[in-house]
Amino acid sequence: MSPAPDRPEQDLLYSDVEEELRASVRALLAARADSARVLGRVEDEQPLDLDLWRALAVDLGATSLPIPEALGGQGAGLRETAVVAEELGRSVAPVPFLGSAVLATGALLHLLGQGAERGGPDAQAEAALTRLAEGAATAALVIPLSTYPGGPLPAVSADGDALTGTVRSVADAAVADLLVVLAGDVLFLVEAAAARVTPVVSLDLTRPVADVVLDATPGVRLSGSGEAAVRAAVLVGAGILASEQVGIAEWCLSTTVAYLKERYQFGRPVGSFQSLKHRLADLWQELVLARAAARAAADALATGAEDLEITVLVAQSLCAAVALHAAEEAVQLHGGIGMTWEHPVHLYLKRAKADEIALGTPGRHRAALAPLVGLTA
Amino acid sequence: MSAPTTAREVRDLVADLLARHDPATTERTAFLNARWEAGLAWVGFPVGLGGLGAPRALQQVVEAELAAAGAPDNNPRRIGIGLGMAAPTILTFGTDEQKQRFLRPLWTGEEVWCQLFSEPGAGSDLAALGTRATRDGEDWVVTGQKVWTSTAHTARWAILVARTDPDVPKHAGMTYFVCDMTDPGVEVRPLRQITGEAEFNEVFLTGARIPDAHRLGEVGDGWRVAQTTLMNERVAIGGREVPREGGMVGVVSDTWRAHPELHTPEALDRLTKLWVESEALRHAGTRMRQQLAAGSPGPEGSAMKLAFARLSQALSGFEVELLAEDGLRHGEWTMFRPELVDFTGRDAGYRYLRAKGNSIEGGTSEILRNIIAERILGLPSEPRVDKDVPWKDLPR
Repeated sequence: MSPAPDRPEQDLLYSDVEEELRASVRALLAARADSARVLGRVEDEQPLDLDLWRALAVDLGATSLPIPEALGGQGAGLRETAVVAEELGRSVAPVPFLGSAVLATGALLHLLGQGAERGGPDAQAEAALTRLAEGAATAALVIPLSTYPGGPLPAVSADGDALTGTVRSVADAAVADLLVVLAGDVLFLVEAAAARVTPVVSLDLTRPVADVVLDATPGVRLSGSGEAAVRAAVLVGAGILASEQVGIAEWCLSTTVAYLKERYQFGRPVGSFQSLKHRLADLWQELVLARAAARAAADALATGAEDLEITVLVAQSLCAAVALHAAEEAVQLHGGIGMTWEHPVHLYLKRAKADEIALGTPGRHRAALAPLVGLTA
Repeated sequence: MSAPTTAREVRDLVADLLARHDPATTERTAFLNARWEAGLAWVGFPVGLGGLGAPRALQQVVEAELAAAGAPDNNPRRIGIGLGMAAPTILTFGTDEQKQRFLRPLWTGEEVWCQLFSEPGAGSDLAALGTRATRDGEDWVVTGQKVWTSTAHTARWAILVARTDPDVPKHAGMTYFVCDMTDPGVEVRPLRQITGEAEFNEVFLTGARIPDAHRLGEVGDGWRVAQTTLMNERVAIGGREVPREGGMVGVVSDTWRAHPELHTPEALDRLTKLWVESEALRHAGTRMRQQLAAGSPGPEGSAMKLAFARLSQALSGFEVELLAEDGLRHGEWTMFRPELVDFTGRDAGYRYLRAKGNSIEGGTSEILRNIIAERILGLPSEPRVDKDVPWKDLPR
């Protein structure tokens, strides 16, 4: 049986500082990423909003929260990062937060940590993190977004420092300046301009994926275990994604509740029909559990808790399902309007469905969790 | 003396109590009465009523210190209705005389309490209840039938809601009383349930007499008083602190571990899914307690109860199914009256059947969903046909 830690220091609330951060991110998104604007650009050549991204990075420092202050970051942590992810989920803002600020940053930070243990951080990794912290560059971790904890990693080969391989369905790669590429057990930094990055038509309109082709492409070799760094980043990503999913579920629930109060049929607001109220009450109940699980994951990531892996796997397998359920219910309970392109709910459905796959499906997370808590086949 | 505000001050008071009354040599009831007099029964209660007027969070410190010293407790599971429902209601609505008379033996366990609310014709629609109380001099005379009364057969007192005015709409005509269970007009009969035993009772009231001095709140204000009781009941059901794998999920996980010959991949995934939800529910409980401690209670309690009922039922149903050949057999159907109820006790069949009550007792899951939808999400209520109709004219 798994240890049952007595952790009085575990904090599942939002601190005042986190609430302030939330308020400033929410204000920026309300002004720059309202649903009409987000919907308006999803069919543009570049659906990702790099002006908004720069505002998040430079004006709010919201994209460099876990990067140390010495490297120009905020020196905050993953609890704060999770709050930003929650707000970005609430607005499905089209910015490369997951790919750059969570996954690529997470892998590079893990390398720095490994370097500290060996007595010297990698200068190239530090330089890359500094560029990210300044908002001078955006990065992507070159793994399929569907990569899951304990699962296979892409097989890019290195001939010296020349990299060759194809990696499909990479999140946020289309706008990345820097690619973080795993070959064997080594991480390489690759200037995106030197690689062939092809955006593909994506299920998720607000987080499009791209294929990355490397053909003897030059990379800069980073010291440390690349595989450990990538696996750590996948775990961080899965934990932070849980908060994004809470944001998605919250938007879907509150938007549907508001609609059912004003939509009249049979001479009554349809929100007064018990069969619909009970579905919304169930969703709210799911959201209460999802928020607690996501906060627990963010807190465990921030404190490096002993049961970090268990807590993240619990949160991701639950929150993915709750976000998707909320989005599917939102479409159904909006009736005909929910099926139209003009109503933004489909953006949330597409994000929630892609997020179900991202960094491991709920089934993959359960499969990884079970042996950790003494449930074996 | 001003109320203590720190754990250190409370620890000093506990140390003083232990110095004066050694738990090893003091008789249980005597120790509990000494603890009451020291204000360490429930520190959040007022001075003179077993408390210190201190922050409620400090109660944990008292419990931990006394448990560490091996002091006897008041067996809270045996007197849960008194502690969780009667006490907060008496504290809120009782007269000084009522508080002085009832609270101390309630807390020490010298007097057990039960609850006379539900009736055969008034379950979810509690406000439709028909047990009549009519005034006779300084007394009220009560006639009617109550049901689902746990601990009625051991109780000295009951909290009771009865109809005192049938000519006004249902919510307006009720009054809240403390009923003496030893009155000759009170008859308790066991109510056998689907598990075979009788954890609950039916209570028949036939001209039972209640002095007006045992009325809680104003005549006609019974609905409002009852809301205080019910709110506390829901908090008590969902709010307990549990370790990882505490409760049903731990029992069923242990059954899984003990029976590798029954494992299938499909069953493992289903169990893991329930394990995940149970762990999230545990986090939600932690979060709710942290909100309470931070002084900003959220409405999560009703979500906790809904999820608790759903998971208890799913887990216990899974266990019976998993046990296959043994799932077809059952421990016993013997009729008896348990003093304590353990949702996770006995065997898989009992757990499965008893869990069916979790979505009915303390507010059905359907009523809870209405409450969440209307009070938390702000959705409009269903059209009401009974709101302005005198109780006596309602169809039944």
